[in-house]
Amino acid sequence: MDIIQVEDIAKSYGKHRVHEELSLSIQQGECFTLLGPSGCGKTVLLRLIAGFEIPDAGKISIGGTVVSDPSAGVNISPDSRGLGVVFQDYAVWPHMTVFDNVAYPLKLIKMPRKDLTERVMETVSMVGMGGLEKRLPSELSGGQQQRVALARALVAKPSLMLLDEPLTNLDANLREEMRFEIKELQRKLNITVFYVTHDQEIALAISDRLAIMDETGHIRQTGNPWEIFEQPADPFVFNFMGIANFISVRRVGEDYLVGNGAQPMPWEKPEGDASEWAAGFRPSDVRIAPAGGAGLRGVVKRASFLGAMMDYLIDVDGASLRTSIETHEALTERLMFKEGEACVVNFRNLLWFDARSLAEVLKR
Amino acid sequence: MSGITQKRNFGAAQIILFLSIAVLVIVVAVPVLLIFFNAFWVGGKFNIRDVLKIIGEPDTYQALVNSLIIAAGTTIGSTIIGTFFAWLVTRTDLPYKRFMKSMFLVPFMLPSFIGALAWKMLLSPRAGFINRFFMANFGLSGPVFNIYSYAGIILVEVMYLFPFVFIQVCGALERMDPTLEESARISGAGLFTITRKITIPLVLPSILSGALLIMLYSMAHFGTVAVLGIENGIFNIPTLIYQRIHQSAGSFASIRTGTVLATVLVVTAAFIIWLQGKILSKGHYQIIAGKSFRPMELKLRTLRVPLFVLCVAYIGFTIVLPTVVIFLVGGLKTYGLPFTWENLSLDNYKFILFDYKVTRDAIWNSVTLGLAAALITMFAGVMISYVIVKMKVRGKGFLEFLGMLPFSVPGSVIALGVILAWSGKFGINLYNTVWIILVAYIARYMAFSLRANSAALEQVHDSLVEAARACGATMWQALKDIVLPLVRPGMLAAFFLIFLPSLRELTVSIMLYAPTTRTIGVAIYTLNEDGETVVSAALAGIALVLIVTGQSLVNYFTGKSEG
Repeated sequence: MDIIQVEDIAKSYGKHRVHEELSLSIQQGECFTLLGPSGCGKTVLLRLIAGFEIPDAGKISIGGTVVSDPSAGVNISPDSRGLGVVFQDYAVWPHMTVFDNVAYPLKLIKMPRKDLTERVMETVSMVGMGGLEKRLPSELSGGQQQRVALARALVAKPSLMLLDEPLTNLDANLREEMRFEIKELQRKLNITVFYVTHDQEIALAISDRLAIMDETGHIRQTGNPWEIFEQPADPFVFNFMGIANFISVRRVGEDYLVGNGAQPMPWEKPEGDASEWAAGFRPSDVRIAPAGGAGLRGVVKRASFLGAMMDYLIDVDGASLRTSIETHEALTERLMFKEGEACVVNFRNLLWFDARSLAEVLKR
Repeated sequence: MSGITQKRNFGAAQIILFLSIAVLVIVVAVPVLLIFFNAFWVGGKFNIRDVLKIIGEPDTYQALVNSLIIAAGTTIGSTIIGTFFAWLVTRTDLPYKRFMKSMFLVPFMLPSFIGALAWKMLLSPRAGFINRFFMANFGLSGPVFNIYSYAGIILVEVMYLFPFVFIQVCGALERMDPTLEESARISGAGLFTITRKITIPLVLPSILSGALLIMLYSMAHFGTVAVLGIENGIFNIPTLIYQRIHQSAGSFASIRTGTVLATVLVVTAAFIIWLQGKILSKGHYQIIAGKSFRPMELKLRTLRVPLFVLCVAYIGFTIVLPTVVIFLVGGLKTYGLPFTWENLSLDNYKFILFDYKVTRDAIWNSVTLGLAAALITMFAGVMISYVIVKMKVRGKGFLEFLGMLPFSVPGSVIALGVILAWSGKFGINLYNTVWIILVAYIARYMAFSLRANSAALEQVHDSLVEAARACGATMWQALKDIVLPLVRPGMLAAFFLIFLPSLRELTVSIMLYAPTTRTIGVAIYTLNEDGETVVSAALAGIALVLIVTGQSLVNYFTGKSEG
């Protein structure tokens, strides 16, 4: 069952069009991530769902109830939508203690004092803040403040929680820890989570499904994390989901030749009749081997030792590509190359893109 | 599980916007528009030639020129003194710098017309204590210095206005990143070059903005010129407006002259404020960080002691001496008697506090008017600032424009506008009641309230309110539970920024008072005009005690809450 249904939404600020004809549906109980570069309008969509913004056109329903429909004059205010929201800047009220912050939603529904205290304490300890209820936000670290914000969003037991880049302001270690905790809470409480972020790693780690939005506010692909990672729908998604190599390939008769040389691409041929192609792959999908074996012949242009990994930049007939290999493997398999040394490369995985559509993506 | 419920939307945003616009229109915009209307609209026709003719009349023309001379002199003098002292207390090894800095800020508290009264007692050509002392002891035939002159007026205004430049320049010098100067020093520049090429250009916007503030203030300043100038026929714009309105009891010609002069004041003020905005927006804050640094200090060496003595002498001469004179004269049995123990008593103070109806009424009026104006303006200000800073509603641009108005309307203009608006022309006649003074105070102090409350509201991030809405709070609940507690410090600041100055207000009240509605300022001024010098000095002394005590309490409590 769809808990959030967004249909043909349009939203502009003055002349700037953020969204047009945007549709999206989120299922009950899933952790759904909206992933996109900064400034693409993903936060605007979250704010539309929360009710902080009113769409110019289209319809939004939550749990089967229409909450926004300008054509029918429906606009339910944020306080009546029954959501939990967590903001990027925590938005913990500085004049209230941890307890009062978390208790606020319950006070608004006039819960009896005893039940309220019980529920607040339970929620506070659920987010790992037990014993800190009497603190003021100024006495808490950023991570602790974000836990308070999380507890506040959860305390009224909403069926749907919206999170707007909640981990961006935290340091790397804390970010990693918190993302597992959020996932854990979501599973335990069996609530639906709508998570907005520009961080691919977080998106892949916590999502049941995710949607990729481009700079113009269009959704490029929706699917589960491995679908998005392994079968990107287009060059934008491929490029956005991690370091990507693209090497140019030209069609000469029936052959697909790399760069400006005469070596054919060792991979099955693309479908389509374009003459200029790009082969896309991730550094981890490139296999490097000593010169003499089968594969594309190239020259190591740069060899960088990054500790656990060796990183090589390889030139193949004017096209350059990057590959990384575990240092341990490189040492045992005799794959340590010096700059200027010849080598051959093969591919584990490769996607063909029409060069013209790729250029459009990379131009931005 | 909380479900979705549809509530009726009462259009709270529209109500608040409407109320805010209504307050500003009624209190500020209508009076100002009436002034323009009366100035330019004669017999149903737009008439600019008449306006020019009035400006060309010898009296009005002279008042305009006088305002300019006095404002220019005051601005130049204050800027030099303010910048010099600011540099001394921030960038040198002058002894007791912190104490000096707080002393230089004392004139902020002191009403300048009380200062002018003190200087009149000290330096009036015949009766002034200093002049008499020199004539008696050194056989001089004439006075050493005549305070009833342009120079006298400018000197007194400088003494009370220079803190505007002082505080701005101190702030800039303290916040300036010392690495900017250090890197110049490493590059081989000498101290003189650094000061000329780095320090002064960086501080210049602060100096100019402080100077313009003084210019604005001095152009529209009533008290000092009223006390020291009228005697010798020196009028500036506000005093001429007062004189015309006061003498002719509201005749058409005098009101016209008043409105034309007021128009000139408003236009000048608007221009000065525009100029200040230009200067301040020119990259001032990019170079000067908000953080406090420890700036490098210049060793004064042999000049250290002489400069210290200079500062002490300045403080003694401009702050201590006039204050002491006020209290001493307030204790005399009759003005003119020498200061000996037999002639001094607390009888005058007792008399004005407990027995004399005029002064008792004045104190009561000022305190109640101040409280009422501060409360009303505080609440109106927080509402209007909220719309301007936080709300997204159509029609906000108009409110923003209206919100700029109170900043550029000087006190005498407000008083004149209020007379035009509330003398029965629109069915309500408040003339000769305290209510007209209250309305004028609200208009006069709205700018303070808007500034303090906007600053507080800027600190309340939108997401704090949105978080409350998402938790299930209605707009009113979010305002009550989140916004109000967080802007309370700003509101309190606004309250005291209005209450304390209103205790000593003169410019507006002098144009609006009736026999029973004198304020402290009016009572001091009129008693002095009537020759009741000792009583007026005693009342001035009491006003000083009230103001300084109040300000110290405020400083103490705000200082404590900031930790």
